[in-house]
Amino acid sequence: MSLLEIRNLSVEFQTVAGNFRAVDGVDMDINETDLLSIVGESGSGKSVSMLALMGLLPWTANVTADKMEFAGLDLLTISSRARRKIIGKDISMIFQEPMSSLNPCFTVGFQIGESLKQHLGLDRKARKKRCIELLDLVGIPAAEERLKAFPHQLSGGMSQRVMIAMAIACNPKLLIADEPSTALDVTIQAQIIDLLVDLQNEKGMALVLITHDMGVVAETAKQVIVMYAGQQVEQQQVDALFATPRHPYTHALLNALPERSLHLDRLPTIEGVVPGAGDRPSGCLFSPRCEFAQDDCNEAVPAMVSTDGRGLRCFHPIENVGREL
Amino acid sequence: MFVFVLNRIALLIPIFFGVTLVSFGFIRMLPGDPVAALAGERDMTPERHAEMMAKLGLDKPAWQQYLDYVWNLLHGDFGTSVLTNRPILDEFMELFPATIELGVAAMTLAIIIGVPIGIFAAVKRGTIYDQGIMGLSLVGYSMPIFWWGLLLIILFSGTWGLTPISGRISFLFDVPTVTGFLLIDALLYGEEGAFASAMHHMILPTIVLGTIPLAIIARQTRSAMLEVLSEDYVRTARAKGLSPLRVYGLHALRNAMITVITVIGLQVGTLMAGAILTETIFSWPGIGKWIIFSVFSRDYYAVQGGLVLIAMIIMSVNLIVDLLYGLINPRILHTNS
Amino acid sequence: MSDNAAGSVAVGTQQSSMLRQNLKEFWYYFSESKTAVIGLAFLVGIILMALTADIIAPHDPTVQYRDCLEQPPTLGADKCNFAFGTDYAGRDMLSRIIYGTRLSLVAGGMVVILCLSIGIVFGVVAGYFRGWVDIVIMRIMDTILSVPGLLMALVLVAILGPGLLNAMIAISITYLPHFVRLTRSSYIIESSKEYVIASRVAGAGKFRIMFITILPNCMAPLIVQATLSFSTAILDTAALGFLGMGAQPPAPEWGTLIAENRDLMLSAPWTVTFPGLAILLAVLAINLMGDGLRDALDPKMKRS
Repeated sequence: MSLLEIRNLSVEFQTVAGNFRAVDGVDMDINETDLLSIVGESGSGKSVSMLALMGLLPWTANVTADKMEFAGLDLLTISSRARRKIIGKDISMIFQEPMSSLNPCFTVGFQIGESLKQHLGLDRKARKKRCIELLDLVGIPAAEERLKAFPHQLSGGMSQRVMIAMAIACNPKLLIADEPSTALDVTIQAQIIDLLVDLQNEKGMALVLITHDMGVVAETAKQVIVMYAGQQVEQQQVDALFATPRHPYTHALLNALPERSLHLDRLPTIEGVVPGAGDRPSGCLFSPRCEFAQDDCNEAVPAMVSTDGRGLRCFHPIENVGREL
Repeated sequence: MFVFVLNRIALLIPIFFGVTLVSFGFIRMLPGDPVAALAGERDMTPERHAEMMAKLGLDKPAWQQYLDYVWNLLHGDFGTSVLTNRPILDEFMELFPATIELGVAAMTLAIIIGVPIGIFAAVKRGTIYDQGIMGLSLVGYSMPIFWWGLLLIILFSGTWGLTPISGRISFLFDVPTVTGFLLIDALLYGEEGAFASAMHHMILPTIVLGTIPLAIIARQTRSAMLEVLSEDYVRTARAKGLSPLRVYGLHALRNAMITVITVIGLQVGTLMAGAILTETIFSWPGIGKWIIFSVFSRDYYAVQGGLVLIAMIIMSVNLIVDLLYGLINPRILHTNS
Repeated sequence: MSDNAAGSVAVGTQQSSMLRQNLKEFWYYFSESKTAVIGLAFLVGIILMALTADIIAPHDPTVQYRDCLEQPPTLGADKCNFAFGTDYAGRDMLSRIIYGTRLSLVAGGMVVILCLSIGIVFGVVAGYFRGWVDIVIMRIMDTILSVPGLLMALVLVAILGPGLLNAMIAISITYLPHFVRLTRSSYIIESSKEYVIASRVAGAGKFRIMFITILPNCMAPLIVQATLSFSTAILDTAALGFLGMGAQPPAPEWGTLIAENRDLMLSAPWTVTFPGLAILLAVLAINLMGDGLRDALDPKMKRS
């Protein structure tokens, strides 16, 4: 049963310089216990699409979609009040900067307890018990004392664990993690990712992991969506993606991994920059930077072609296995 | 937290000396002969001059005069009024409650109206409500408050006869002084209509004195809220599915108030200055009116004493605000030492 | 940088065209706020009014029309035709208010000039030398700040004697701490930046570093503060005038005008309303302009 169904999601921002399309025609299908990773550079729209789902975008954003359903509920037409009932309970999100994502004026116990009170209606004793359980679950030692701690007294890794505890407090069906480890120390990064994967297994929830780190994707994801400049460009099973990337962008991303260029003198890069608001190319958005680009790539935008879990947006995909520089 | 408190108190000492130096020097800087100015006599004979000089302590070296002055201050002796021959401290304390009453009322008005509309303007940023509120608050602190007071008197007291023109209470009532706060004393006195009359007399002065603090508090609340609303933790609060009232009223406001409290504290100085003008216009028998009167009637000891007292009060209020700031900002209250 | 004439000229023109570019950019941001432009236009109008007072004022502000004492505003009548009415001595309110613009502008301007010049020097000295110099300067400023502005100004005027000049000096002293603090704090922030280290390494002397390298980068908040102090100075000058400690009658300072007509405020409200309105509009215009300036100069709000 499909937990989350998104068809043709687009987000446009009103800016001083006109309308900017941050997300363009994204499709997504997530089932319970899925582990999907959305990969892309900064500016690819990966965070914005999830924020649109949660209803956390500012008023300058215009969200449109053919379909955006969660567990049968239509998220496009839902009232704010009804939305607030499922956000934080059935769908949760954690963010990139844990140190600033917690309110400095309230204790850890208070902030986790808020979700419990709001969605589950637990009384004080039950809340305290549950909070200690959650902190244990996310691997925070001396949980009972920690409840009285203020965010500025916690380290980055601890703050993120608290955020995770807050997010899973009400046993959500879907957890969205927006670059959860990017702002943390390298040693802590692995711990946090492992924690998320373990929790996903234990709780049987769906996990969407947004990241720009292909290494993380390789180790954790089952399904991968690659995004570029607001558009989905490829979707595949993780093993297949790494073995046989079909979109030139995915191919270039993988080639840029240090592990794959041990035999070369120089680390391969992708020439050029992600198009911004003012310099969107006509035709395929990646064509100016694509080494396999042909004439027709500049004329029209390729459509996303999806067949049972595999999708591709390219006129001339890479067919040959193992074709490298 | 302890270190923070200690720091703040330590800062007061040099300021105390600075203020006392200024007020001490004030009399020495008056044009003409200070002895004549203070004695209030003209054309004194040389013997009389020497006599007054010794009596006023002006024959001692300057540094000793200063130390005597500070010594007296610390013992609560702020000098004697040249006009009434009463200790300045007594005169001040008699009139001070009237100013406090007015100031508290004005500040209450400013906070009760200013903070909510500041929050509202921040939440409705960019809309006509926001611009309207900001526009009005701009007019509010661009106004000369003595003119604003006169205008209100002309309209409400003159043309429409709704409010009294001046004073604290109708002259029909003779309320005995218990606390000095007329509203309380009138309640205690119990005569019918006394309390109502006192309230009635307070309406216009409160509005006039409170207008500028209201405008500034509204502005500052708005900008503090705007800063807070763009913080990550507000997004987290929304992501938890909390109601807008809780997100804005608790999560955002609690952080914004840290700045706003400081702003409110700073307004006390503005209130003092405003009180001078407001009391003059409404013949409100408080400190402001007394100071003006003392300046005009050349009661220099009164001006000097009043200066030190007011400065000390403002410093104390600033200290309390600083301490309050330390209490409500968790980063300071709960420091990892 | 080459010191020969041609080189200097080339650099000179380069600098002047950079200045023009900066001004153009500044105007672009400033003019985005319509209210700021209105404020600026109004201020220009007031300045013009002050300059051309002799020409545009319908009457001499000191002439007393004995037949027309306390006349309400009338237009088109045969006798006693005064647009803003007359005051207790029969003088034309409109003309007095027009001439009053001179006094207010001079007061505001003088305060700003004094505060900027003295405040910047103290602030830079405190920021550069730190240590004892810094502590002493800042404690003096704190002392001035611990007394409310108007009260301090009153005490100073009591010493110096009433009058517009003394009022201006007194007000300047009360505003000084704000300028010193602002200069000092942005100075300290700037002086830890790399371009200062670069200057020092290149051999620049103390004076040059203080005033030529660092100071221009601190000017933005100072300009905003100066604008707001201009408007507050007009308010405080009027307040002192109202209390009888500022400009003395018969000078047509707006606050003084209100004071001298206060006894007739209920019977002849126009004598008190119009001068106050003039103060309000002038201060409002300058504050609007100041807001626009702040938005235009604030780097955070700039769009790339």
